[in-house]
Amino acid sequence: MEKGETIKRRRGWKTRWKRDYQIYLFLAPTLLYFLIYCYIPMGGIQIAFREFTPKLGIWKSPWVGLGQFARFFQSYQFKIIISNTLKISLMNLLLGFPMPVFLALLLNQLKYTKLKKVLQTATYAPHFISIPAVVGMLVIMLSPGGGMLYNLIDWFSGGKAGIPMGSAPGFSLIFVISEIWQHAGWDAIIYIATLTSVSPDLYEAAEIDGAGKIQKILYIDIPAILPTAVILLIMNSGRIMSVGFEKVLLMQNAMNIEASEIISTYVYKIGLIGMEFSYSAAIGLFNSLINFFLIVVVNQIAKKGANIKLF
Amino acid sequence: MKVKTLWIKGKRPSGTDLLFGIISVLLLLIVAYPLYFVLIASVSDPDLTYAGKVYFLPKKITFEGYRTILADPRTLVGYYNTVLYTAAGTALSVVLTLTSGFALSIREFFGKKWINIYVIFTMIFSGGLVPTYLLMKNLHAINTIWGVILPGAVGVWNLIVTRTFFEENISMELLESAQLDGCSYFKFFVHIVLPTSGVIVAVISLFYAVNQWNGFFNALIYLNDKNKFPLQLFLREILLQQEMMSMDPDLVNSVRHRANLVKYAMIVVASAPVLAAYPFAQRFFIKGVMIGAVKG
Repeated sequence: MEKGETIKRRRGWKTRWKRDYQIYLFLAPTLLYFLIYCYIPMGGIQIAFREFTPKLGIWKSPWVGLGQFARFFQSYQFKIIISNTLKISLMNLLLGFPMPVFLALLLNQLKYTKLKKVLQTATYAPHFISIPAVVGMLVIMLSPGGGMLYNLIDWFSGGKAGIPMGSAPGFSLIFVISEIWQHAGWDAIIYIATLTSVSPDLYEAAEIDGAGKIQKILYIDIPAILPTAVILLIMNSGRIMSVGFEKVLLMQNAMNIEASEIISTYVYKIGLIGMEFSYSAAIGLFNSLINFFLIVVVNQIAKKGANIKLF
Repeated sequence: MKVKTLWIKGKRPSGTDLLFGIISVLLLLIVAYPLYFVLIASVSDPDLTYAGKVYFLPKKITFEGYRTILADPRTLVGYYNTVLYTAAGTALSVVLTLTSGFALSIREFFGKKWINIYVIFTMIFSGGLVPTYLLMKNLHAINTIWGVILPGAVGVWNLIVTRTFFEENISMELLESAQLDGCSYFKFFVHIVLPTSGVIVAVISLFYAVNQWNGFFNALIYLNDKNKFPLQLFLREILLQQEMMSMDPDLVNSVRHRANLVKYAMIVVASAPVLAAYPFAQRFFIKGVMIGAVKG
């Protein structure tokens, strides 16, 4: 490091440029990509403050200030959409978060190696199924004639199951359970990796002291994965307002819409189907700002509380 | 009795071990059963499936569902497009990610800090759906392959994984001494970095490829010509369209059941390639998650 710095100081910017210009060539395509696909759309956000018409374009449409936002806050959907978004994402966080931890603890202490391998492979697999396929499975398997799952639900509800996908009250639960089914295994990988780095000496020492499986989990494994779990929990709470857009969109139907309309799906419908570009951009911006704020706050908390910087 | 062969010889499992084993088997059944059910339902007599007679084994095996799908011209079109988008999108993404990941792994150069901020910022703030759509429209990318493969061509997470891999595996001392011998970054990248980075190329290629194969949203908003639809969009179409059909009370039951058979088969056809390849690629996916985890 020291050597590198003296070399750097001795060389002028011309020699450095001659050596380093290729670094920028390596970076150029990707930086250009981000400029076009991320930064130019950020400039397009201004249409949220205008009344956009395709004829006049982004730069010439008349300004309307905060009018689009006012319209959103005053619309009767505002409350419904915000509460749906919060309900689905909080439920997803609360129910979805512990499962990978549980799975990793189980796998780590599982003695039957073959079973362990099979269970790992099987729990990761659903992560690789596309959203249309998963939603398709939900739609058929949660309607009459959909097999064992539906029959179980029907049996437990005393023959009053109806069509769960077509009812508002069950929507968030179906969403969250299917998310857990799909991603818990995959999300457990990071915890499993942390657990494999626990020194075997610790377990041996614990065994000599007469600790059983449960004690080992309580006093060795859980403390070992706690830091990782805290980071992930913090990170996930930063993403609360951007929960599963694509999946929710596909799961929506006329019967569950009162529980399934979330900010991002509303933005999609208003903007790309209703063609109200400015109104939609305003709602989108409102959502992005909340996300941004949440992530920054969460990062600050992580930095202060755990001395961890996420970015 | 099967359990007996599963434990390591010589060590007798305790009660807790057995309990954990039972929980694991139960979890395994819960996770795997829905997938298994789709598979057996896709080859069983749809009337029997509907009547709840198909639980564990396929009954009255029929390939009618698959025949219907193969006879549907949309399937072939969808497969062709999906393969095209996956190949082109993955190639583009991998080239962009490898080159910029390598550059960002170089220990220090003018502006590195700002370039990092420039990249990371895109992760926490975005223009949103409508401004991005308007941009694509202005670029005339609607209804072209670019609409499908460009948005999301560089994943920041993949970029971080790649950068971290290079930081840990490519010796900067080697780079510095190669430079003293007059080796350029380009030569170094081509002759030293690439040949020793097979793992990371495999990891990010697989991540991008799976994403592209399974993706439907870009296609949904940027394509309206059905001849350009990827498989996932047809899957969605078949599922939704028949959903409406099955709500028609006048429809004969067996027609409705047959529609379900086609849906099961379609889910299998659309998911099979990735699921079949996944066990072989598993270690690369896990490797990717581990490299990414270092960065938290």
